[in-house]
Amino acid sequence: MNKLYEKYIKTDSLPTLFCPGCGNGIIQMAAINAIENLGIKQDVACVSGIGCSAWIPCYLKLDVMHTLHGRAIAFAEGLKFARPDKKVIVFTGDGDCLAIGGNHLIHAARRNIDLTVIMVNNYIYGMTGGQKSPATPKGSMTKTSPFGSVDEVIDGCELVMAMGASYVARWTTAHPVQMEKAIRDGVSHNGFSFIEVLAQCPVQAGKNVYGEKDAASIMRNFKNNTYIYKEGVEIPKEKIRVGTLKHNKNAKEYIDKVEWVMTARELERR
Amino acid sequence: MAKITIDKVCCKGCDICLSVCPKKIFVRSKKRNNYGTNMPDAQNADECVVCRMCERMCPDGAINVEGEIKENEA
Repeated sequence: MNKLYEKYIKTDSLPTLFCPGCGNGIIQMAAINAIENLGIKQDVACVSGIGCSAWIPCYLKLDVMHTLHGRAIAFAEGLKFARPDKKVIVFTGDGDCLAIGGNHLIHAARRNIDLTVIMVNNYIYGMTGGQKSPATPKGSMTKTSPFGSVDEVIDGCELVMAMGASYVARWTTAHPVQMEKAIRDGVSHNGFSFIEVLAQCPVQAGKNVYGEKDAASIMRNFKNNTYIYKEGVEIPKEKIRVGTLKHNKNAKEYIDKVEWVMTARELERR
Repeated sequence: MAKITIDKVCCKGCDICLSVCPKKIFVRSKKRNNYGTNMPDAQNADECVVCRMCERMCPDGAINVEGEIKENEA
């Protein structure tokens, strides 16, 4: 077993419930590496909703809250208010974050509260058996869209950028080093950080959504179909842009703003 | 020379390590892991450059690499 894995994982609950080739394990490893490199094991609290991706923090030897479907960000906001000294990391999936929890996501982004949201986007509801999610690409066949999906896709990164999140990045499971750096940046950034990770689900999505059913070839496709974004670089239309999409260091954080209002009020009373 | 160990308990036989290793150290074998699928075998461990990509990419944390980064032997 990996040394770092042994240090951070509850080894008595192994093996994990992820299917062979699932991308969640790679994200778990990147998060472990990021926490280890920052040296903040004692200060981290994890919150997750419902879904395959919500099981990522449940195996960690950290403070973990496993909450209602879609309400992970709402619980995390409450936790952050109660304990502002904790670094709160939220693990959600695409269905958890964009469908049922979409309202909480846009309002947390609007407030610019200091959370790190890692959205694991595998284009499908994996745990319940492969239903269509808001991130499923057009034309892909799933259990609930047997003739091809016709709905428009929600782009999580564009949504939170429009709502005022101050750190937005997108990576895939084929870029584990960059993903780890993004998690480190997001945790140390003071403000709402949103990291979308494109992951593979070879069992439920497989051939109908990605066009491949082997985990390694799906990851190779991720690497070929993405284009690393930098400011001023033109990106071919058919490629997905990955990279740090937005990093605004000057945006005001919500708890700081609340404290500022409270102190102003105190001064007024005197 | 690096020492590569693959844990039989953690491995699920997804074969991601076969594709990510730049030196093609892992090969398919007939050994079975506890999950019931075929697990890879680390054959040419002398050629390992300790990039630790397999450690990062293994979804189940089954691979452990011990060793220092090789200096240029020119």
